[in-house]
Amino acid sequence: MGTSVLFEARTERGAFYMLLLLVLCCFGGKCELQDSKPSEQTDFPGVEPFHNEFDEPQAFPDEERANLPVFTMDYPRIQLPFEFTLWVLLASFAKIGFHIYHKITIWIPESCLLISIGLIVGAIMHSVKEEPPAVLNSNVFFLYMLPLIVLDNGYFMPTRLFFENAGTVLWYAVVGTLWNSVGIGISLFGICQFEVFGVQDINLQENLLFASIISAVDPVAALNVFDDIGVNEQTYIIIFGEGLFNDAVTVVLYNMFTFLAGLPVVESTDVFLGTARFFVVAAGGILFGLLFGFVAAFTTRFTHNVRQIEPLFVFMYSYLAYLVAECFAISSVMALITCAITMKYYVEENVSQRSCTTIRHVVKMLATISETLIFFFLGVVTITTEHEWNWAYILFTLLFAFIWRVIGILVLTQIINPFRTIPLNFKDQFGLAYGGLRGAICFALVFTLPDNINRKNLFVTASVAIIIFTVFIQGISIRPIIEYMNIRKTNKDRKTINMEVHTRMMEHVLSGIEDLCGQWSHYYWKDKFKKFNDRVLRRILIRDNRSESSILSLYKKLELQSAIGLLDAPLGDLSAAPSIVSLDDQRKEATRAKEKFLAADVRKMHKILSKNMYKIRQKTISYTNKYNLPDDSRTREILIRRHASIRRSLRAESFREQPSQNIPKSQKYYSLQPGGDLETTFPLRRRNHGGSEDGDHPSALTSRSSSRSLIPMRRLNTIKETGNAGEQPAASSQPHSPSPVDALDMRGPGGLEGSSFRGRKAPVPAPKRHLSYRIDGGEDLADSERAGEPVRPPQLPPPRGWEPEDQEPRENETLLRDSSQGPRGSGRS
Amino acid sequence: MGSRASTLLREEEIEEIKKETGFSHSQITRLYSRFTSLDKGENGTLSREDFQRIPELAINPLGDRIINAFFPEAEDQVNFRGFMRTLAHFRPIEDNDKSKNVAVSEPLNSRTNKLLFAFRLYDLDRDDKISRDELLQVLRMMVGVNISDEQLGSIADRTIQEADTNGDNSISFSEFIKVLEKVDVEQKMSIRFLH
Repeated sequence: MGTSVLFEARTERGAFYMLLLLVLCCFGGKCELQDSKPSEQTDFPGVEPFHNEFDEPQAFPDEERANLPVFTMDYPRIQLPFEFTLWVLLASFAKIGFHIYHKITIWIPESCLLISIGLIVGAIMHSVKEEPPAVLNSNVFFLYMLPLIVLDNGYFMPTRLFFENAGTVLWYAVVGTLWNSVGIGISLFGICQFEVFGVQDINLQENLLFASIISAVDPVAALNVFDDIGVNEQTYIIIFGEGLFNDAVTVVLYNMFTFLAGLPVVESTDVFLGTARFFVVAAGGILFGLLFGFVAAFTTRFTHNVRQIEPLFVFMYSYLAYLVAECFAISSVMALITCAITMKYYVEENVSQRSCTTIRHVVKMLATISETLIFFFLGVVTITTEHEWNWAYILFTLLFAFIWRVIGILVLTQIINPFRTIPLNFKDQFGLAYGGLRGAICFALVFTLPDNINRKNLFVTASVAIIIFTVFIQGISIRPIIEYMNIRKTNKDRKTINMEVHTRMMEHVLSGIEDLCGQWSHYYWKDKFKKFNDRVLRRILIRDNRSESSILSLYKKLELQSAIGLLDAPLGDLSAAPSIVSLDDQRKEATRAKEKFLAADVRKMHKILSKNMYKIRQKTISYTNKYNLPDDSRTREILIRRHASIRRSLRAESFREQPSQNIPKSQKYYSLQPGGDLETTFPLRRRNHGGSEDGDHPSALTSRSSSRSLIPMRRLNTIKETGNAGEQPAASSQPHSPSPVDALDMRGPGGLEGSSFRGRKAPVPAPKRHLSYRIDGGEDLADSERAGEPVRPPQLPPPRGWEPEDQEPRENETLLRDSSQGPRGSGRS
Repeated sequence: MGSRASTLLREEEIEEIKKETGFSHSQITRLYSRFTSLDKGENGTLSREDFQRIPELAINPLGDRIINAFFPEAEDQVNFRGFMRTLAHFRPIEDNDKSKNVAVSEPLNSRTNKLLFAFRLYDLDRDDKISRDELLQVLRMMVGVNISDEQLGSIADRTIQEADTNGDNSISFSEFIKVLEKVDVEQKMSIRFLH
């Protein structure tokens, strides 16, 4: 209790300091700006400008002879980058500040908070008659800020999910946006006919133009809410995809209507040309994206010697795709997305693990900054631009935008539901309709309206109004409403523990069977593409192309990432039984006394279960948090716990398919090349395994004396073993003391002891131990000691041929017990 | 008809499967193409490894049990008939069931059979009872690593207590049915198979 109070006090103080810092930064920024003014305004009417050797503004202009200035300041030189950095810092501090209070971000989406801070800063700036930096002009936004966000969206897009729902997504994006634009435009035009509202001078084209601007839906805030309330995959991908692709549609419509707004009369050929233009734009975008994606993938094939600059290619090529598409006025957003999707698959196979991580982190970082800045400036510019307020127009805009979206979603869903395998139910439709928040694209586009539209200020005001309305009101209220809807459903049935457990079990089974049947992919095309991919594309674009089964590669990837992660933050006691285990192991007391469970206990059980049971289809949840990298800790957990059975099957598979490549390492020790000796063969393998340096081994002599006593028994046995299994002329010729110990069956208990012994120590000292005996003359003893060690503790995925299965959980256990922290709480429930 | 090496599905087989399981013709052919795409060895049967190769099943907590459900006692291969027979449990229940085959006492996708499928996922040793240990195993699979064994044990105890009516400290099939009578099993264990 005390600690929580203390913690709250600390967070409050922390928040206070943050706010103070924020305000100081603002003023700092402004003071810098004001400082620059005096230096510009000074003029020296009667004094000849002195030029000293440094050509700097004079500190004391009245002196006839200038001394060497000890301290000078030249602000204009650094002004632009300095202010930019300050703004970025300010926005980032705001973000830090929000997350101090976790509860705030749950109830209020981040975009709201950012806009609020922007409003405050804008108000401050306005009151000191300061101009905001002109960053929200169209060029900066479209050329610098938007590509970063789009790259993030494209790079982390769940491709499988997307392609399975591609039809629906495009349907909503294209047809939905069109529907909204046309509907809102015509309704507003109808309103304009009434004289009482005073907006008669806006003609149809301008109304349509304005409507096309404000119908672009921005998924950011919606997605923020969705991951907490557990919307299902379909709704997620529809909102996500819609947000992405309606940018393309909006831009096309915008250009078309801008063009048409200049014309006095619209003819039908123009509409037809507009449609044709849309297809050109879309297809061109995809083509450019594919082109650049493949070139990028091909480039990374050759970068294995210059690993440091690998991340660069991802960014440069995608940016190029964007710019080239912009140059030809085709959909740059689609080009960038296609490029990112294409690139990601091949590049992530070619580049090193670190580059991969770097790419992901940098993409996320740039996107977050860009988005933060956009919302921030939205707030600032809102205060500082000129507005024209017209109650009627603006209120009707809000009303029509909402109504048309709702109607649009309902109608479109009715049409497309029969074609879907899972129809969208009412809750999904509500989420889609209510989650249609407007955002930055709308704002940027309205600023780029040509000035010949005489009511531009009104449009600006209306856009700002609709953005703020949707983001604040809808963004904040969507969560309680959906929670209410969820609660209403679940309150109806008082669940017993049985029901909860068994229904979750059935859900898992169902999703497993669905995946098994491949319900969601259109098999024919997917198989065809996969064959083409394997045969042609992978050969060209990937450097190290060994076709692995997907389960093996998935497993390797996850294990590689988790091998480090496990040492850092253990996931608790993973010694939980592997899935199919003999019941003998679990036989504890057969009967337990029946306990009485109080209602409080049962409630607690419900809570425990609901928090801890794995949700189905975890992979979606990992994508939905827009500001974090995809989190696959649950996946890893499940995979690690099942890895006993997975390894069994991998081993079986590998024995069957590729015996030459996948011999368990233990077997490799048993066959030496004829004529080779142990010494030369094993150093090779040593280098492969531990990566341990050869240089410092002699120094490890003395420190390992304690462990020597335990080693000899097994080493000598191994020699016997290796002597038996292959041709070992060298082994027998080496002088070594005869083994007093009988040749135990090395494989059985020796292996057990060996691996468990090694498991208890950290993996690294093991190789050093070997060479410490080299000087003793027991070289082959040392070498064959390595033979006895089957595989390294869990860093290598290749199957362990002969190790008994129940070793594996124990190894994980011992690995984890070293750092016994609490379970890693990533806050996911 | 045994495991044949041919990759074509003959009409008579389709008819038989249709009668037994109630799937439509197009559904059967579609699932057959899925079967063959999973069958890497191309010998007309699937082994456990073929199932393990599906990545989504790998990260399903109950993946092993699901795979196990396809293989009848102690066999290692499943042919297409067995595959379809297992999948038939997940067909949605229709009011007018098209399989008018009187010989089949109850269609494979009836509520009872669905529940039997779920029951068998718990009951590995096929003694028609879910013992506490079996329940604990499945619970452990489904639950994250943050729950201690004692907590899980008490949850299992409570589960058995709620369901057990005859006092044998395990859940029999009839008790299982009874405790899930309010649950919409038809919807929870049905997939809409694409036509």
